[in-house]
Amino acid sequence: MALERCDVEKLAHLARLGLDDAQINSSTASLNAAINMINAMQAVNTDGITPLANPLEANQRLRPDTVTESNHRDDYQALAPAVENGLYLVPKVID
Amino acid sequence: MHQLTLTDISKALAAKQFSARELTTHLLARIEQLDPQLNSFITVSKESALQQADAADELRSSGINAPLLGLPIAHKDLFCTEGVRTSCASKTLDNFIAPYTATVVDKLNKVGCISLGKLNMDEFAMGSSGETSFYGPSKNPWDTQRIPGGSSSGSAVAVAARLVPASTGSDSGGSIRQPAAFTGLTGIKPTYGRISRWGMTAYASSFDQAGFLAHNAEDCAMLLQATAGFDERDSTSAQQQVDDYAAALSLPLQGLRIGLPKEYFSSDLDSRIGDVVNNSIEQLKQLGATFVDISLPSLPHAVSAYYVIASAEASTNLARFDGVRFGHRCENPQNLEDLYLRSRDEAFGKEVKRRIMIGTYALSTGYYDAYYLKAQKIRRLIKNDFVSAFKDVDLILGPTTPNLPWLIGSKIDDPVAAYLEDIYTVPANLAGIPGLSMPAGMIDGLPVGVQLLAPYFQEARLLQVAHQFQQHTDWHARTPAGF
Repeated sequence: MALERCDVEKLAHLARLGLDDAQINSSTASLNAAINMINAMQAVNTDGITPLANPLEANQRLRPDTVTESNHRDDYQALAPAVENGLYLVPKVID
Repeated sequence: MHQLTLTDISKALAAKQFSARELTTHLLARIEQLDPQLNSFITVSKESALQQADAADELRSSGINAPLLGLPIAHKDLFCTEGVRTSCASKTLDNFIAPYTATVVDKLNKVGCISLGKLNMDEFAMGSSGETSFYGPSKNPWDTQRIPGGSSSGSAVAVAARLVPASTGSDSGGSIRQPAAFTGLTGIKPTYGRISRWGMTAYASSFDQAGFLAHNAEDCAMLLQATAGFDERDSTSAQQQVDDYAAALSLPLQGLRIGLPKEYFSSDLDSRIGDVVNNSIEQLKQLGATFVDISLPSLPHAVSAYYVIASAEASTNLARFDGVRFGHRCENPQNLEDLYLRSRDEAFGKEVKRRIMIGTYALSTGYYDAYYLKAQKIRRLIKNDFVSAFKDVDLILGPTTPNLPWLIGSKIDDPVAAYLEDIYTVPANLAGIPGLSMPAGMIDGLPVGVQLLAPYFQEARLLQVAHQFQQHTDWHARTPAGF
């Protein structure tokens, strides 16, 4: 099933990418080409096959519930576009 | 000095033939002189490199003779380096000074390696040509009109041009092995989880694996020894004993059974590369290895499965670049939504946006089963193919790439053509097994790589075979003209 322009607009919104008209047009063509290539895998019989998420099939390791990290707030906030009094600033969310 | 391998340099520093400062000064001058035509470095750490060199020389004069003390290296720009820009070759991180150091870099610093700087790459490691970098493409020193491969493009170019004797790279779908093949280097991608991912910016978390590009297997063994092992800060780090890689190098190949998968020798393969692979097979036969024809039947679907899962993981990982906590933020956002939309649109290049969109599609309601889950099932079939093959053979051998490095710009508008170039490298990442590319011939003045694949955690076997091959060939010792 080929993607239409409106599908690509929806995907761009889901991915929070503010693409302009030209980008939506070029993305529609290139995404369809990529999805065509990917669709070849639909011919493979995978009945009864368990999906593989981790190549080593490892389980998530647990650790004791203790504090191991020290506070690096100031170091990390030094990298932020806008901070004030230890808080990250964003445009007004609630009127 | 710049023609020496890491192993040579280690011996020369121990014998006090030159100091770490002399070597570092020499290489920094070469970078300044030659890199403008290659574009392999994003950041050159001149002052800190000289400080590290002086510290190494002081330690040596106090009687310390550690093997990696004073060895110069440079890092792919996705490894966090405290106090040094870590850009991932993306506009969004152009001003990002890492607040901590990646485990792999930290381990190399602690054994005395000197970091000359940070290397160019495809943006967020998404690409196999080096062309998606925000800082412009790196050029292949064997022919500067051509791509060096990617995504560890700068890592390959800097070593091939003798600007640094070895580099770190990362390999999620071939990003060490393919550029190593295209530039005449030895590149190793260890087993998934063998080297810590902590501090290595995530592209596709279930594939990403750090590794090295160097001139020979002996140098790769030295670097792997210093960096492999469990790290509690990486939740997918493997709790597996680290072998003695140097000890494995000198073992003879007698009795070794190597599988030749028929799917690696299909019509997709440039027949001249096929000839190079066949020559390497003859060479290894003379050294005592025996060859067996095998089949990996699910391999033709590896590229599809890889681009679904990797893109899905990328779309999730890159959600963190929201213009709030770090990275690029657009001017005068009207509201929070506008901040996200414009910051991300302005900050990411075409290929990164494409993969975020493919991943978003594969994970979206109604398509999850048909794409993401289907690809994970194919991933299991590919893993099963390898597990089954390794019941009968010790190693697998084939070409690293189906074609020679292409002209810069020639595939930039045809992403699918570029994706299909990964056909021989992505299967190892899907299965999580280790792989190595070694130089095995030249065609029209361009290097050709042969790939070795081994069972989980059998990096020693890869290094052994490559080292024995390199004792009887000189493809790995060639230097591009002018460098």
